[in-house]
Amino acid sequence: MTILGDILNTAKQNWDHLGDEVSGERWERILEHTRLSEFGYDAFGYSPDVVKRMLPLAAFLYQRYFRVRAQGMENIPEGRVLLIANHSGQLPFDAMMIVSSVLLEGTRPRMIRSMVEKWIPSLPFASTFFTRLGQVPGIPANCIRLLNSDEGILVFPEGARGISKPWEQRYQLQGFGQGFMRIALETGTPIIPVALVGAEEQAPSIANLESLARRLGMPSFPITPLGLLPLPTRYHLRFGKPMRFRGDPNGEDALILRRVNKVKDRIQQMLEQGLRERTHIFR
Amino acid sequence: MTSQHTRPAIVITGIRGRLARLVATRLMALGERVIGIDSRPFGTPPEGIEVHTLDVRRRQAEDIFRRNEISAVVHMGIVHSRRNTATVGHHFNVVGTQTLLDYCHRRNVPKVVVLSSANIYGPRPGNAQYLDEDTPLLAGETFHDMRDLIAVDMHAQSYFWKHPEIETVVLRPVHIVGRVQNAPSNYLSMSTVPTLMGFDPMIQIIHEDDVVTGIVRALKPGIRGVFNLVGPGAVPLSAMIDAIGGRRLPVPGLAFRLGTALLYRLRLTEFPSPELDHIRYVCMVDGTRSRKVLDFAPEHGIRETLTHLKTMRAER
Repeated sequence: MTILGDILNTAKQNWDHLGDEVSGERWERILEHTRLSEFGYDAFGYSPDVVKRMLPLAAFLYQRYFRVRAQGMENIPEGRVLLIANHSGQLPFDAMMIVSSVLLEGTRPRMIRSMVEKWIPSLPFASTFFTRLGQVPGIPANCIRLLNSDEGILVFPEGARGISKPWEQRYQLQGFGQGFMRIALETGTPIIPVALVGAEEQAPSIANLESLARRLGMPSFPITPLGLLPLPTRYHLRFGKPMRFRGDPNGEDALILRRVNKVKDRIQQMLEQGLRERTHIFR
Repeated sequence: MTSQHTRPAIVITGIRGRLARLVATRLMALGERVIGIDSRPFGTPPEGIEVHTLDVRRRQAEDIFRRNEISAVVHMGIVHSRRNTATVGHHFNVVGTQTLLDYCHRRNVPKVVVLSSANIYGPRPGNAQYLDEDTPLLAGETFHDMRDLIAVDMHAQSYFWKHPEIETVVLRPVHIVGRVQNAPSNYLSMSTVPTLMGFDPMIQIIHEDDVVTGIVRALKPGIRGVFNLVGPGAVPLSAMIDAIGGRRLPVPGLAFRLGTALLYRLRLTEFPSPELDHIRYVCMVDGTRSRKVLDFAPEHGIRETLTHLKTMRAER
């Protein structure tokens, strides 16, 4: 019993120190970005306290499980910014790790708000949990409002097409939505291209049970090696240089698409560079 | 009597309502003459108000407009209780509003303020966090009984172009809280407050006195248009219940819905089950326009508003 107790104690101590990087001055800097009510929530229901309670888990996944190697942090400017990233891995650990990287290692630490699927608000528990963690339903008006108050937003323009794609399409960017570019033009927001290598192999989709997915109202129902648990692949995360665009936010699709493709090409290049530099999936 | 008639008056419909009486009291304190109309009989009308117990749809209601110089109408005689609304309430709200606005047009009333509600946008999972005044009014999509309130709002809006000589103002306040008898006030002042398990949407409330201020601001000459009226900010429902000192009781969605539907049938509750969406999804509004144009800012904070609600309920 004492041995088990010792093991649990050690585990607990280790756990308690996870995420310690984000305390004191660093945490103060993160809080500076947010206007909180006397109740401790921002205008969207985000609660830094809940984030702080989740930090040990995020730090565990970031430092021990996916052992993220991040570069280009210094490219993320102060003020409004859109992080545009590739989406992969069947389960959105990529979002969690990108948000964690800015909290744990960012040169200018802050809470990045990611735009989540529009149907999230209709799910019990998840709706509340995501809201408290600062995640926001992906509605353009929400994004514009947050950018106008100089927040940092993470968008996956591939959406479900990206995260649910089958194994043979790994690291091939799927169709990009145009919404983020129209919003960037409207709000004068710089875009940071983000490429994540490693998440693609965490849960290779062996098969997709489409009819079951349809019945459950899910975008896909992938069969993966460990089910809901991802494989401990190493994540290589790269933040590119800011890209700035100008033009009419209500312009023709073709004109918007040209700019969208510039971002997409940039991310694809960064992915390929990351893949070339990677020596092993797990190491 | 004759000396009184020389002074212009402000007509308030639905004067028996608690909020309407607050508006009357405030206007009288500002030196205005107030005439109240309500179809419901009054016990003892507040001092100084000339009260007419009649239905605005009745012809003789127009006599009030014939015999007095009316400087403005504040239309608050709108039934919000959803029971029987399909027939009685619907006709009363929609036809009543139309008739009233016709009097205003015929009798050259320069200003009409209609008290609508932010609820008519409807709580929906796809809502933007903050809805502005141009958002489509979709509450009727899932809750059909809201249609009359939407029709009232739209009818008032049609006066912007039909009768531009009248300054029409439509006010859409968020959940009004205080001594008023309405669903949010009743809900929040329960000692055990049932919530939907797994849902905790952001909620906006506004102190009744701030709504009165909003109405008074809307009466200022030159003001017209649609305005959301927003209180001191938004807070998760759970934090609001905690702040007022209630006990939260999370109930699984299906049980809650069926239970409410049953209790409603048995007339043991006045909450229609589609209203549960208000404690499931967000229905929050942006108050920028009223802040800029009406120069409106709520005076009462969230805690203060909730304390006020508690005190008012304890007194009853």
